Amino acid sequence: MRAFVRRSDRIRRWLTAALIAAAGSAIASSAGAAPQRVVSMNLCTDQIAMLLAAPGQLVSVSDLARDPRMSPMADRAQDYPINHGRAEEIYLMRPDLVIAGQYASGPTVAMLRRLGVRVEVLPPAEDIDAIRAEIMRMGGLLGREDKAAEVLARFERGLILADSNADRGRAALYYANGYTSGRDTLAGTILTAAGYRNVADDLGITDTRSLPLEMLVMARPDRLITGAKWPGQSRGEAILDHPALARIAPETAEVTDRDWVCGTPFVLRAIEALK
Amino acid sequence: MKPLFATLALLVAALFAISLMTGPAGIGALDGLRSLILGGDGPMPIVMREIRLPRALLGLAVGAGLGLTGAAMQGYLRNPLAEPGLIGVSGMAALGAVIAIQTGLSLGTALALPATALTGAAIGVGLLVALAGPRGGSVTLILAGIAISALAGAGTALVLNLSPNPYAANEIVFWLMGSLADRSMVHVWLALPPMLLGAALIWTTGRGLDALTLGESAASAMGVSATGLRWRLIAGVALIVGPATAVAGVIGFVGLVVPHILRPWVAARPSALLPASALGGAALLLAADIAVRLILPERDLKLGVLTALVGAPLFLHLIWKTRSGGRV
Repeated sequence: MRAFVRRSDRIRRWLTAALIAAAGSAIASSAGAAPQRVVSMNLCTDQIAMLLAAPGQLVSVSDLARDPRMSPMADRAQDYPINHGRAEEIYLMRPDLVIAGQYASGPTVAMLRRLGVRVEVLPPAEDIDAIRAEIMRMGGLLGREDKAAEVLARFERGLILADSNADRGRAALYYANGYTSGRDTLAGTILTAAGYRNVADDLGITDTRSLPLEMLVMARPDRLITGAKWPGQSRGEAILDHPALARIAPETAEVTDRDWVCGTPFVLRAIEALK
Repeated sequence: MKPLFATLALLVAALFAISLMTGPAGIGALDGLRSLILGGDGPMPIVMREIRLPRALLGLAVGAGLGLTGAAMQGYLRNPLAEPGLIGVSGMAALGAVIAIQTGLSLGTALALPATALTGAAIGVGLLVALAGPRGGSVTLILAGIAISALAGAGTALVLNLSPNPYAANEIVFWLMGSLADRSMVHVWLALPPMLLGAALIWTTGRGLDALTLGESAASAMGVSATGLRWRLIAGVALIVGPATAVAGVIGFVGLVVPHILRPWVAARPSALLPASALGGAALLLAADIAVRLILPERDLKLGVLTALVGAPLFLHLIWKTRSGGRV
């Protein structure tokens, strides 16, 4: 028993020492000079990075950032070289910081780290608080805390302007393949912020999941907000043309667009558009 | 034989009613029936008339069509393994439908969808009949069928992968396995008229198929025109399988299982097997479609999964019997 206690003591001391060392090195690296060659490989981090980066600091954004269907900053992304999220091309850009989204390909991130590149992974922002945190976190990573505070202040002013206590009725989000979003998602947050009650709440749906068409019809939403159609045709999107949807929500169909994709200050435009 | 048809018809009617009553919205049977027939205000008539009715109607029509074409092809090719889903006819129809959808043809005219699917099915069944014919053995038929379905499957996957639409590539599963989820009356009106025409054409082949059981020379001695029979069969199968696949995807094994089970009950007479298989196919598909909604209501389990679970062991059994030389 005593031997066990002694050994566990030793392990604890050793662990504490290791933790202090790790923390020390983390502080040292974050206190160091701001990164000079930053590559973003995710549509959402692309936008916040473009908003915050110093001139010349951001060397590449993802190819999706130039897609006007998904990116509200598609025009500005034209000024940056693009990457396709592949380890090889990103390594050849000689970045000192790579910013990836949570859903980035695991092997790519692991490969970059193995090659000695610092990779920071940011989770998607699904509500207003998370957007605030994301802006501050990106500001810290880029060494642009002042710019981040400025962008955040503008976002807060926009939120106050957008805030309305009006009850605009019950609305439903409906996407291809019959998916809907509840309150724990960015789309649900936008809907609530614009003054709607989300029918997904009544049905106990908090995340994004499939909702049978007949459940949606029975819920009788006052307004229907559907996903944007992509070029080409698909059966998954055909459900948005189902006659039953046109019957329950005539002339009130709205379409989600690029301002709905990412948790960035651009969600203010999505909220305004719903009013 | 009369009791067989009465039993099958009752079974189909009961399953059709259960299909109308099955769904996540939890509508009571009487309420549902009233709003289906009388209409009224509120969302219930919309659910019953626009969502559940087309699903039940398509289950009935597609199942009947697959059972009928399975029985007809088995009668003509004189081979129990002939089945539109397995030997590539449905696959070719799916390829036609996918091409119509992805090229935007079906946006221009809605009729382009069943028309191209029908063309695909016609090419598939035409190739099979040319390759295997009434005299071809099982091996020829199976080899030709494997080649055609592999080609059709690859073509379908290629077209969907080339699509600019991010959802299209995920729909390969639908085209290979079939589903009736969220179909509308638009699909019923697109598919039903050509399928009825095809059923009428196949109906006329009954006597010829009966004669063919005695052998080709006996059949021609009885005044059955081989060419006429072949063309009516190809056209009928294409008119049924094409539109059915265009709206419901490829659903395999229905045309294999149903004629096989019902053959002893009609004394193996093709002309009697045709209507019996149509009823049996409708019952099987309606039952499968009810089951997918009960087993995994939120996941859109594909119909082909269930029919394959029932049908594949039977298919192996048939191959086993064919291999050991016994007639099935």
